[in-house]
Amino acid sequence: MVVVKLVARRLIAAVLLLLVLSLLTYALLALSPGGPERALLGDRPATPETIAAIRAQFLLDEPFPVRYWHWLSQALTGDFGTSITVRQPVISMLSERVNVTVTLALLAAVVTLAVGIPAGLAAGIRRGGRLDRSITLVSLVFLSFPPFAIALVLLYGFAIQLRWFPVYGTGDLSHYVLPAIALALGPAAVLTRHTRAAALQVGEQDYITFARARGLSRFGIWESYLLRNSALPVLTIAGLIIAGYLTGAVFVEQAFSLPGLGSLLVQSVTQKDIPVVQALVLLSGVVVIVANLLVDVAYVIVNPQIRQGRA
Amino acid sequence: MTDLLRVRGLSVSLEERRIVDDVDLDIDAGETVGLVGESGSGKSLLARAVAGLLPPSLTTTGSVTMSGTELVDASERLLRTVRGRRVGLLMQDPFTMLNPLKTVGAHITESLPRGLRRRRGEIEKRLAEVGISDPRVASRYPFQLSGGMRQRVAIAAVLAGDPELLIADEPTTALDATIQAEIMQLLRSVQKARGMAVLLITHDLRVAFAICDKVQVMYAGRVLETGLSEDVARNPRHPYTAGLIGALPVLERRISQLVAIPGSVPRAADVTHKCAFADRCPQRRPDCVETRPPLRIVADLHATACLYDVAPAETAPPGDAVEHAQETPALGKPLLTVAELRKDYGQVRALDAVTLTVQPGERVGLIGESGSGKTTLARCVLGLASPDGGRIMLDGLDITYPHRLSASGKRQMRSLVQCVFQDPSTSLNPSMTVGAALAEAAGRVQRAERRSVDELLDLVGLPKKYALLRPNRLSGGEKQRVAIARALAVNPALLICDEPTASLDVSVQAHILELLRTISANAGTALLFVTHDLAVVRQITDRVVVLLHGKVVETGATAAILDEPTHSYTRRLVASVPPAPVTFREERANA
Repeated sequence: MVVVKLVARRLIAAVLLLLVLSLLTYALLALSPGGPERALLGDRPATPETIAAIRAQFLLDEPFPVRYWHWLSQALTGDFGTSITVRQPVISMLSERVNVTVTLALLAAVVTLAVGIPAGLAAGIRRGGRLDRSITLVSLVFLSFPPFAIALVLLYGFAIQLRWFPVYGTGDLSHYVLPAIALALGPAAVLTRHTRAAALQVGEQDYITFARARGLSRFGIWESYLLRNSALPVLTIAGLIIAGYLTGAVFVEQAFSLPGLGSLLVQSVTQKDIPVVQALVLLSGVVVIVANLLVDVAYVIVNPQIRQGRA
Repeated sequence: MTDLLRVRGLSVSLEERRIVDDVDLDIDAGETVGLVGESGSGKSLLARAVAGLLPPSLTTTGSVTMSGTELVDASERLLRTVRGRRVGLLMQDPFTMLNPLKTVGAHITESLPRGLRRRRGEIEKRLAEVGISDPRVASRYPFQLSGGMRQRVAIAAVLAGDPELLIADEPTTALDATIQAEIMQLLRSVQKARGMAVLLITHDLRVAFAICDKVQVMYAGRVLETGLSEDVARNPRHPYTAGLIGALPVLERRISQLVAIPGSVPRAADVTHKCAFADRCPQRRPDCVETRPPLRIVADLHATACLYDVAPAETAPPGDAVEHAQETPALGKPLLTVAELRKDYGQVRALDAVTLTVQPGERVGLIGESGSGKTTLARCVLGLASPDGGRIMLDGLDITYPHRLSASGKRQMRSLVQCVFQDPSTSLNPSMTVGAALAEAAGRVQRAERRSVDELLDLVGLPKKYALLRPNRLSGGEKQRVAIARALAVNPALLICDEPTASLDVSVQAHILELLRTISANAGTALLFVTHDLAVVRQITDRVVVLLHGKVVETGATAAILDEPTHSYTRRLVASVPPAPVTFREERANA
C-alpha cells in the first residue's frame, strides 16, 4: 500500500517534470536566432511563399500556448515533425539509430557493474591495503579522464596497434566493445568509489560484528549483510550514472563513428535542425526521469523501512 | 565446578602500546562474573578477545581457553565454531546491533544450529524464552520495535546458538531505566534456567553487585581487584574500588558532599611499571610508583593489586545533608512558569498540557524516559522548539514564541536561560580553543558585567592554562566543565542541564554534580535538571516533576517522592534502581 502510494506520487512528479521539460524544449524553437521561420526554413530560399507555407504549417500565427499544445499532442503520438536538413520524419530517423545507442548503453552498463561493484567491495573490505590503494588510484585516473580521451587511447591501442577490434562502424557486437568500455570506465570509477565508501561504512557497523559473534558464515555475512546494506547508498547514484551515459554517448559515438543518437545530436545541433534537437532533448529527458523513477522504486523495494511505512 | 573460561596473562597492544595489560580471568560453568570499569579500562577489548573478535591490527599475547580450546592466534575456521555455539556476545546498542534489512525471525533462524533451522515453532519458542509472546514479532523489522524489544530480540539471537558462555557488553546502557531493570532481570532468569555462564561487562557497580557472583574491577587495562560480589561491596580492598563506591550517587538519601576521585583515567601504556591508580590515590606512598603491585590474595577468593590496606576515609563517613529547601517551597514570583504547554510532532503529542514552575534559585528535576517529552520541554524553554499551545513565562518575559520576540527581548532571554548538554564532546566546537569559546560566550554580556575567561575557568575549577587548549586535549569531565563555564558566562538565572553526567564515568560524575550544586548555591542559579537517573536527582534537586508520555504524573519534594512514590510509574522507576552497596565501614558507622 505504502509502495503504491509512493510510486504514484513519484509518477505524478515525473509527468509534471516532463511537461516543464517539453515546454522548455519547445521554447527552443521560438527563441532560435532570426525567429522560428528562418530556423525552420533551413537552407531553402526565403521567398514570401515558402515563409507563408512554413507559418501555416507550424501555426506560427497562433499564440504560443496554442502552438505548444499542437506540438505536444503530436509529439505524444510520436510525430516530432520533419527534419529540416534531411526532409525525413524525425521519428524514423530516431528509430533507425536508437538500436545502436541502446546496445552501447546496455553493454556499458554491464561493464560498469561488472567492474565497479567488485572493485569497490574489494577496496572497501581491505581498507588501506595495497589493493585498496591501487583501486582508489586507478579509479581517480578514470574519473578525471573524459570519455573521448579514453576512446582515443583504446582506439589506438586495441584497434590500430593490436587489431583486436574494428576501428569504426557498426556490425556485430565486436564493434561495440571498445565504445562500451570507453563509455563505462568513468561511471565505473564513480561506482567503485561509492561502493567502497558504502562497504567501509557498513563494515564498521555493530550488526556486522554481532553477526560474526554469532558464528555466521563468511558468505552469509557478505551476502545478506554487506552486499544488501551497501546496495542502498549505491542505488542512489544509479540515476546519476545513467545520465552520465547520455552525455558520454555523444562523445563516444562521435569518436567511433557509430551512427547512434549521440552522433545524431551533434549533427543536428551543428546544422540547426531544430525538430531533431527537440526530439532528442525530450527523449533524453524521458530517459533520465524514468531511470530515476526506477531507482526510487528499487530503493523502496530494497529498504523495508520505507516499504513498511515508518511510524 | 569446572573451569569454562580461563584467561591467563592476556595483553593486547596497538603498535607496541599496551591497551590490555596482563589480565587473568576465570569463569566456571554456570557462573556470573561482572567485569567493572570505566571507559578506557580495556574491559570491552577483553570481551572481544574472549569472543575471538579482536581486529587484526591489534596484537594479542597470553592465553584464552574455552574448555581447553586455545583462542589466541587461532584460525578463523576454529574461531567460527566457537563463536555463537560456545561463546555468545551481546553488544551495547540494540539500535545498531541488528541488520536493518532482516526480520526478527531471519535473525534468529540464521543463528540457529543447522539442524534446528527448519523445525516448526522453533522461532516462537526462542522468542518466548526472552519474554516475547506475540509470534507476529518474528515478521517485524528491527526499526519497528522499541529499544527494549530489540535488545530482547538480540538476546534471542545470541541464545539461538545455545552458547555455554554469554558475554554481555554493557547490554542496558542505551536503554531507559525501567527497561534496563527488565533486561537485567531477563538475563538473570535466562542464565538460571540454562545454567549458562555469563560475563557481564558494565561501568555500573550497583548492577554488578546486584546480579554477579564475582566481580573483577579493571582500570587502565589491568585488574585492580577481584572477589565475590558481596566481599568487594562490603569491604573493598583497593582504594580505586572504595573510591568508586564512594562516588556513586545514592537514591536513598542526599549526601552533603559528593566525593569524586580526582583526575582521570590514564592510558594503560603510560603506567605499565607502576600502580595505575597511584596518581589519583589518596593514600599513595613512594613505593607505589616504583614497581607494579601484583595481585595479592587478601582473603578467600579476594585479591587486590594494592600494596596496602585501604585506609579509612579521612573525613568522617559522609553524613546526610539537610534537605531543607524542599520543606519550604519559596513563595513569591516564580522565575519560570510553564502553563498548559502542548507540542505535537505530526500525530504524536510530545507534550500534553504540561504545567510547572521554577522559583528563583530552585533546583528542579525533570524525570522521564526517552519519549516522555522531557527533552522537548527543555527545548521549548530554550526557544529551540516552538510549542503548539500554552505559555512559557521567564522572569516576566513571555517566551512562548521566541521568534516573535524583539531583538532586545531575544537578548534578554538568552541571558536568562542557558543550557548544558549531555555530550560535551559534541557540544563544544572542536576547532575553537577553550578560551575562545568562553570569550565568545562572555561577549554577549555588557562590557561592565562581563566575566573574563580566567574567572570562568576558575568558577568550574579548571587551571587558567586550559584557555589555550582545544577540546580534544581534554577528558570528558573537563570538557563538561568547560561547557558549564560557557553556559555560566552570561550569568543566567536558569540553567537547563540535559543529562549532563550521562556520558561521563562514575568517578568524574560526582565532580560535575558537586560543581553544579556549588554554583547553584553560590550564584543563586536555578537549575532545571533533566535526567533519568534517580540517584542523581536525589543528590541535586529540591523538587521533581515526573513526566510520562508528555504528561506530568507526579510532582513534589524530591525526598518525599523518592521515598514514597504514589504514581505507579514512579514506583516502577524507583524500584528499577539497584541498591547502593553498603560498605562494611558504613555498617559499622551506622551501628
